[in-house]
Parts: sequence; C-alpha cells; structure tokens
Amino acid sequence: MKSEQQLPVLLQGNEAIVLGALAAGCRFFAGYPITPASEISELLSLRLPEAGGRFIQMEDEIASMGAIIGASLAGVKSMTATSGPGFSLIQENLGYACVAEVPCVIVNVMRGGPSTGLPTSPSQGDVQMARWGTHGDHPIIVLATSSVLDCFSITIKAFNLSEKYRVPVIILSDEVVAHTRESVTLPGPEEIRVIDRIAPSVPPEWYKPYAANNRGVPDMAAMGSGYRHHVTGLIHDEKGFPTQNPQEVDLFQRRLHDKISKGFNEIQVSKSIMMEDAEVCVIAYGSVARSAMRAVKEARAKGIKAGLLQLITLFPFPRQIVDSALRQCRVAVVPEMNMGQICREVARVNRSETRIVKHNRIDGQLITPEEILKYLVSV
Amino acid sequence: MREEAEIIRQEYLRHDKKFPHVWCPGCGNGIVMGALLRATHNLKLSKDEIVLASGIGCSGRMPTYIDFNTVHTTHGRSLTFATGIKLANPELSVISVMGDGDATAIGGNHFIHAARRNINITAIIINNSTYGMTGGQYSPTTPYGSKSTTSVYGHVEHAFSIAELAVTAGASFVGRGTVYHASHLDKLIGQAITKRGFSVVEVISNCHVQHGRRNKLGGAVEMMQSFKNNAVTVGKAEKMTTEEMEDKFTIGILADIDKPISTEEYRRINRQAERDADKVVKAKVKNGVKRYEE
Ligand SMILES: Cc1ncc(C[n+]2csc(CCOP(=O)(O)OP(=O)(O)O)c2C)c(N)n1
Ligand code: SF4
Repeated sequence: MKSEQQLPVLLQGNEAIVLGALAAGCRFFAGYPITPASEISELLSLRLPEAGGRFIQMEDEIASMGAIIGASLAGVKSMTATSGPGFSLIQENLGYACVAEVPCVIVNVMRGGPSTGLPTSPSQGDVQMARWGTHGDHPIIVLATSSVLDCFSITIKAFNLSEKYRVPVIILSDEVVAHTRESVTLPGPEEIRVIDRIAPSVPPEWYKPYAANNRGVPDMAAMGSGYRHHVTGLIHDEKGFPTQNPQEVDLFQRRLHDKISKGFNEIQVSKSIMMEDAEVCVIAYGSVARSAMRAVKEARAKGIKAGLLQLITLFPFPRQIVDSALRQCRVAVVPEMNMGQICREVARVNRSETRIVKHNRIDGQLITPEEILKYLVSV
Repeated sequence: MREEAEIIRQEYLRHDKKFPHVWCPGCGNGIVMGALLRATHNLKLSKDEIVLASGIGCSGRMPTYIDFNTVHTTHGRSLTFATGIKLANPELSVISVMGDGDATAIGGNHFIHAARRNINITAIIINNSTYGMTGGQYSPTTPYGSKSTTSVYGHVEHAFSIAELAVTAGASFVGRGTVYHASHLDKLIGQAITKRGFSVVEVISNCHVQHGRRNKLGGAVEMMQSFKNNAVTVGKAEKMTTEEMEDKFTIGILADIDKPISTEEYRRINRQAERDADKVVKAKVKNGVKRYEE
C-alpha cells in the first residue's frame, strides 16, 4: 500500500488535520460532534483503529478533554477537536493539562459566536479565548492554520511542541480552512520529524515527576511504566504532591512560564512574504492570510511595496517578529474576522511610529482580497 | 489481622510526605481507604498496575496517600480521565473514587455514561449525604427535610439512590456497603475490581462534622450505629414490606450482569480494522480522503 503522503491528494483542512495527527503519532482521540469540526472525529473513528489507536465519542466536551488527558498520562499522544461552544466546555480541564503538564492537542475549528452563534460561518472570535480561556495565569501555545497543507504540518508541529514542552497546544482553524478542498502533496514520512516526550532514565525510586531540569520540562513517565507518581491539578511540589509553601508555589509557577519562554525561538513560527523591501504590510493569520496574500500580490502589481507577515504562532505572541515588521513599515494593516483580537497584541508591541490599521468583519463572511487591497492602495 | 494491617500500612501508604492526612478524626473516608487497600492486597494486584483516580472533595484526597499510580482530577471528572487511561492502556486496573456530589451532581452525566458504556473501570462512591469539603452544603443525596448550610429551613428536594441509578444506567456490577460493615466492604470492592465491565460500589459513609452535626445524628460512632441499624441485606429486603423498609436501605449486590465490555470491543475493532485494511481504504476513498488509485 502506497503511503498517502508524497502523492497529490485532494483534501479538506479537517482531513489534513487527521493525517497530520496520525503522522505525528496521535493514537487517541476523544470528541463530541460539532459543526464544523465533526469530520475530524468521523475520519479518526475510521483511521485510528487500523493504526492501533482508539477513538471514543464522549458525552460532552468536558469529558473529551478529561479523556485525552487520561490517555496522555497513560503514555499515548492524544487529541480532541471542537468548535466554539465545545471550546468553552474544554476550558476547565484544559487548565488541568497546563498545571499537570500533560501534552495534548486541541483543535478549535472556529465558527461565529458568541454562544451557538453562526455554526456554519467562519470566524476568528476565539483567539483571545484560546490564550486566556481557562482560569489562572497559565502558559499555552496557540497555532493558526490557513491552508490544507498548513493543517497537516501545523498539526505535526502542535504535537511536537506539546510533547517537548509538556503543554497543551491549541490549533485554531476556521470553517473555511476546514472545508475548503485543495490538492496537496504531503511530505513523506522521512521528511517528517516527530518528537516524543522524554521518559525518565533514573530508577523509579529517584523519579521526581515535577523536578526542574535545565530545559525546565520534567521527564514524563507513563502510568503503568513502573514510575508510580501522583498527578494533581493542585499546585504541587517537585514530587507532584500539593503544596502551599510560597517558595515552592513560586518556583513551580515560574517554571511553567519559563519553560515556554526558553523555547520562544522554536515555538514562534511565522511566514514573511515579500517583506524584504515592504513599506506597508499586512499582518494576518488563518484563512484571512490567504486573502491577504492575494491582496499583497495585487498591490505589488500596482507598484506598491507591500508585504505579508503571516502569523502561525499566535501565542506566545511573536513579539520580536512583529516588532521588526513594524519598525520596517510605515503602515500595518491587521484584518481579522473579529473585532481586533490580534490587533491589540500588535498595538501592544508597537514601539515605533508605525500606523496600525484594523479591518474587522464579524458578519460571518470572509474578508476578501479586495477589502485588504483597498487599504494597501490608500495608505 | 493486626499483622495484615501493618503490612498494608507499610506497603501501600505514602509515608514520606503525605501524613497526617486532611480528614477529620472519625471520618468514614479512612475506612473506605482501608477497605480498598485490603481488597487490592487480597487480589494480589501489583501497585504498578493500579491507577487510582479521584475527583475533588474530601474523598478526592484519597489518592494522595496511596502508593499507586494516582490522579487527582477535576471536580466530577474523575471517570472521564479514567476512561482515557483505561482505553490507552487496558492492562491497567483503573479505579475511580468519588464523593456523592462529585459523582452525581457535577459528574452525574459522566457517571451514567460510564455505566452505559461499560468500560472496565471500578467506581467507588463515598456517599456522605453532603458536600463535605466545601462546608456542608446540600448534595444530590441529602435527604428530604435535612439541614445543610444551603438548606437551613430543611431540604425541599429529593435524594438520588446512587446504586439504583447505576443499575438503571447499565453498570455490570453494582454493590452498596457502609463504613460500619468494613469487612463486607473489603469483599464488595474486591468483587467490583474483579468484575469485568463497569462496576460501582456505593459506600454509605459518615460526615459527622458537616452533616451529622447539623442534623442531630451524633458523632462518628452514632452515625455508624445508625448504618448498622438501617442497613438491610438485599436478600432480607426482598421479604420486607415497603413500610418496613422505610428509612432503611439495602446493602449487598444489586446487580451483577454480563454484557460486552467496551475495552474488549475496542480491541476487536482494532483487529478488524487491521484485517480489513482494504475495505478501510475503500471507505476512505468514499470519504474523500484518497482520490488516487492504489
Ligand atoms: C467546578 C468546581 N466547582 C466547585 C468546586 C468546589 N468544590 C470542591 S469539593 C466540592 C464538593 C465535594 O463534595 P462531595 O463530592 O460530596 O465530596 P466530599 O467532600 O463530601 O467527600 C465542591 C463543590 C470545585 N472544586 N470545582
Ligand atoms: S468534612 Fe466530613 S467528609 Fe470531610 S473529612 Fe471531615 S468528616 Fe470527612
């Protein structure tokens, strides 16, 4: 049987996420049906069993999130996929995954909100929620996909980062990316780098499941592997037991944040397109980046020195990358299918005189290249 | 007896850090913990193969003290974590300990679905008729008319019977015991762990501090005395009238049935999917994933 990879295939974004997850080693999925994410569940229910994995449909998204944390604790790479209303429900256990440092991947195929909102329309309304949705100060990684090929490679990236940093990683897709079919050639297995969590090498009696090391990411033992230990959502000491000792609490909390800061260079991914000599730029992500690309090309054809900074990592916010784009350009246009959730981050890091222009659509419709082009021509 | 207790204490408790525990003197939670340890000890299960998950509450602290693979999850969600653990590694013996609020209020939906699904997990529910940890508010098992910190005029709602709920929801094994009938409890928990399929043990327990005190039920001893007086074995209850059973409850095995276990069904699916790879490919093509010829 030839591999699906390396041959041109016609895929939609949701299917590419499934193939990316399988390629990254995902062997457990728990989900609850919701448009526009359901295809991910459906396809994994078909594909996981033949890969020796397990699929389960849970009673709700709270349960899905609990189940993927459980499976990950037992040593299996796990994922769930949902959309707005379900994304609200996963937040409780998402915090648990942050504090207990359980690798897992959560796909949110964004649709219009709030509440049941616009089930079949694209949106980018959950960007800040992805960053801050679960209570308490917590580090998290949020990646955005804009194309079918992206869906494949970003899903692999999400698993790799999640395993390496022991942090939940959220993939933000949207209804358009999810359902658009494109012909893509996926990279072959030998081109794909898969990272697995590091298992402890010390004897079990020496194992401290939450001890800091130079990476700031403790080695992780699977339940049942002989390294008996305690996992809790309470703030814990390096042995994993609850503590309220201010020094231990401080040490723990800071390590959670620091482990992500240490990896900034690797975690923060973006694409700069025609940025070398750009004087005006578009900063965009998700399906809007596709329209932005088109707009930039058309602007170039008109002799305007336009460029695109496409953000793939939304959080931790790629401050340096955005900052250097802002220093270079007179004007930055930030089009979003929300009221400016990334624009506020862009404005926050802007230390130059650069004018930041936002363009927002919240009517459930895509932002078109023409809309963006209008700004590029007029500024 | 003494000797066994000492072996169990030495072998299974986490001594280095976790004692003294958080429970009030006389709390039934300790008896349930003892019964659980005696049961797993008697079954000769290795500590490495047991996962003990819990939710949040006084009961939820139990795993902290025991040297198994332990997971203290979120309030009500213990069974969801347990489901993921069991499916990821079916070789593990997965036990979930919960409070009555934990299992049947916030976690009620997970509870009935776990029973319906029939994954091979053992659920132990410590029913102390109240939310112990948060200070004695009414729970889904607080009796009608009882006082609690949120039913100061007397409770106007009606209580769940947890074991009966589990039977109706389809659990393979359902037992009820009390913290008074400790050796009976050892046996029940042992049977539940051995049973293949989703099994439930409801343990009637005393929270004399939050529930007993407010309802003039006395201290730990008096409450246990009342469990002794009011518990009727399943067999005996069958011969009693409804009036005779008023204010009493049954203990023993309420259900013990055999039906396909999800964990094993999943294994079957794995084998089938691997065998039927060709058919799966066709299905994939139909699903629009493969649009090229093999
Ligand atoms: C989502 C959420 N809501 C509320 C709480 C607060 N809380 C902690 S324990 C508890 C009740 C515990 O009662 P029960 O499950 O009966 O266990 P017990 O303490 O009696 O053993 C509550 C409501 C919480 N931790 N999480
Ligand atoms: S409050 Fe009640 S349930 Fe909690 S430890 Fe005390 S007696 Fe036990």
